[in-house]
Amino acid sequence: MLRLEPRAESSEVMSYLSPLLAVVLMLIGGLILFTVLGKNPLEGFRIFFINPVSDLYGVGELLLKATPLMLVAIGLAIGFRANVWNIGAEGQYIMGGVAASAVALYFYESEGFHILILMVVAGCIGGMLWASIPAYLKTRFNTNEILVSLMLVYVAQLAVSWLVHGPMMDPDGFNFPQSRMFEESALLPVLIEDTRLNIAFGFALAALIAGYIFMYRSFLGFQMQVAGNAANAARYAGFSAKRMIWIGLLSGGAMAGIAGMSEVAGPMEQLTEHVSNNYGFAAIIVAFVARLNPVGIFFASLLMALLYLGGEQAQQYMNLPSSISNVFQGMLLMFLLGSDVFINYRLKWGKANG
Amino acid sequence: MDSSLITSILVATIIAGTPLIIVALGQLIAERSGVLNLGAEGMMAMGAVAGFAVTHHTGNPWFGVLAGMAAGMLMSFLFAVVVLTLMGNQVATGLALSIFGVGLSAFIGKPYESEILETVGSIRIPLLADIPVLGPALFDQQILVYFSWALFAGIVWFLFRSRPGLVLRAVGESPAAAHSIGYHVISIRYMATLFGGAMAGIGGSFLSVFYTPLWVEGMVSGRGWIAIALVVFATWRPFRVLVGAYLFGGVMVAQLFVQGSGLEINIPSQFLSSLPYLATIIVLVIISRDQNTVRLNAPVSLGLPYRPDA
Repeated sequence: MLRLEPRAESSEVMSYLSPLLAVVLMLIGGLILFTVLGKNPLEGFRIFFINPVSDLYGVGELLLKATPLMLVAIGLAIGFRANVWNIGAEGQYIMGGVAASAVALYFYESEGFHILILMVVAGCIGGMLWASIPAYLKTRFNTNEILVSLMLVYVAQLAVSWLVHGPMMDPDGFNFPQSRMFEESALLPVLIEDTRLNIAFGFALAALIAGYIFMYRSFLGFQMQVAGNAANAARYAGFSAKRMIWIGLLSGGAMAGIAGMSEVAGPMEQLTEHVSNNYGFAAIIVAFVARLNPVGIFFASLLMALLYLGGEQAQQYMNLPSSISNVFQGMLLMFLLGSDVFINYRLKWGKANG
Repeated sequence: MDSSLITSILVATIIAGTPLIIVALGQLIAERSGVLNLGAEGMMAMGAVAGFAVTHHTGNPWFGVLAGMAAGMLMSFLFAVVVLTLMGNQVATGLALSIFGVGLSAFIGKPYESEILETVGSIRIPLLADIPVLGPALFDQQILVYFSWALFAGIVWFLFRSRPGLVLRAVGESPAAAHSIGYHVISIRYMATLFGGAMAGIGGSFLSVFYTPLWVEGMVSGRGWIAIALVVFATWRPFRVLVGAYLFGGVMVAQLFVQGSGLEINIPSQFLSSLPYLATIIVLVIISRDQNTVRLNAPVSLGLPYRPDA
């Protein structure tokens, strides 16, 4: 009989192989899914995975979509490493977008580079403020940060809905629930001509590098790693658990807020109710698939972005709902968590000993 | 406020609380066995879409509820395989299940977005329903409301009066001890998890088949998470789940109270809609302020993997 046997030591090789295994399983799952839906699976694969990146514009879109994922995922990974479960990045992302939009609208019809800088700062602060609520409640009252940060996602969604129906609604917009279109001075400069890729991609790369340095080269990063792997050891060593909770949540909030800013000042060019597009949740998948590692986050974000674009293509050319992206994303994460068993266990044939 | 208004607020409160009771009691059983499944939101979403689709095709809401239950069980089975057999992280897997379930339900539900189901009538209990004010609220209700009460009674009996219930609690408190006296911890946890999934599926199908009755992407809108919070709030005790669910039900229908108050206050609807989420946070703060209440009542092995030494 097939059975699991514990490994003497966790396998480092498997911890890198299991994400790849999960990707392969996801592709097989996709093959089955397309077949079940009565589509030619090979054609489906071409449309889903090749079509979106077959020209320069497509590659630009891929990097554009990957940008918020990289930003949010690196911020979350810092907390996740210390077992600080910030699940509400979606809400922090929205509040970052709201704060940045407020700046853009305040400076409406004025010029200057300071507007963009203020927008980035506002986005960052907006996200951090939203994340500071679960951080405060966790450190002060020991309230579960998963549930609090998640509840605040719904509150943020309702808040943005109220804002674009009320105070921030475009006065000349025929009552559509959206803000004014931002002026040129409140839009992020485009990086490559004929694409929509903007300099937020540069922010994302910088964030990944900064995250790498924090995680692997700073004492605080080391402390957070210890706290995540062995909470008791961290306590005996006198590392401040509260400080880690604050850093874990604020880093996620700050990055999510900047990501929200990059969306309103990038492809959206205004604030609407649909500012979020699930990036906050998708970034959780990215962080896990990437093993909370900055290099991994880079590639996992590209893969997730490709799944988003593939869904759009599948909608356009195969008459499938674009939410098929979520199905692929969910499969990826479930398969990853399942294949992680091989890090600590190996498959053996035969009976258990003794 | 006249009495018909009070009645209609009571009716709405009870209906809004019912899916929370069903889902939270299911989670309570799973958590009492030591399994923390944060996937309730995803299981409810799958239950809602499966219930809606099957009711739409068969015209029979009972098949819908069964389909919702099956969908919830299927989802919780996935969860159980990953965390119980493959010993995955319960928090991460539960989150994954929520994200997956919400996404998959949006995908499956796309063709049904513009469909509407026939409203299912309530079941009136003669005589009792004639009691003024309370009668129509308590005894002229959807059948799943009665089901939620029966479920409550059944679970109280099971947990505290039956031998299998005792075993379930033992597994949650000390899986090693339960294993050493010959109980199969993993199988018991499988059953408890599947029960939690079944209830989440039924709760989801209640939303789409009886409550609204239509399917909209994201219609579960956090009720699965609120149910999980409710179990903590109730410190894993069924009666408090019942009370808490109706409190939340009342918050969810806050609009009715405002309209009924007759006051000309201009509160944005979004603010009223955010009340259940804010209430959840406040309740969690109150309950977790005193660490001992949570620590003394939480199943000791909650969220921890268990692997019997072979």
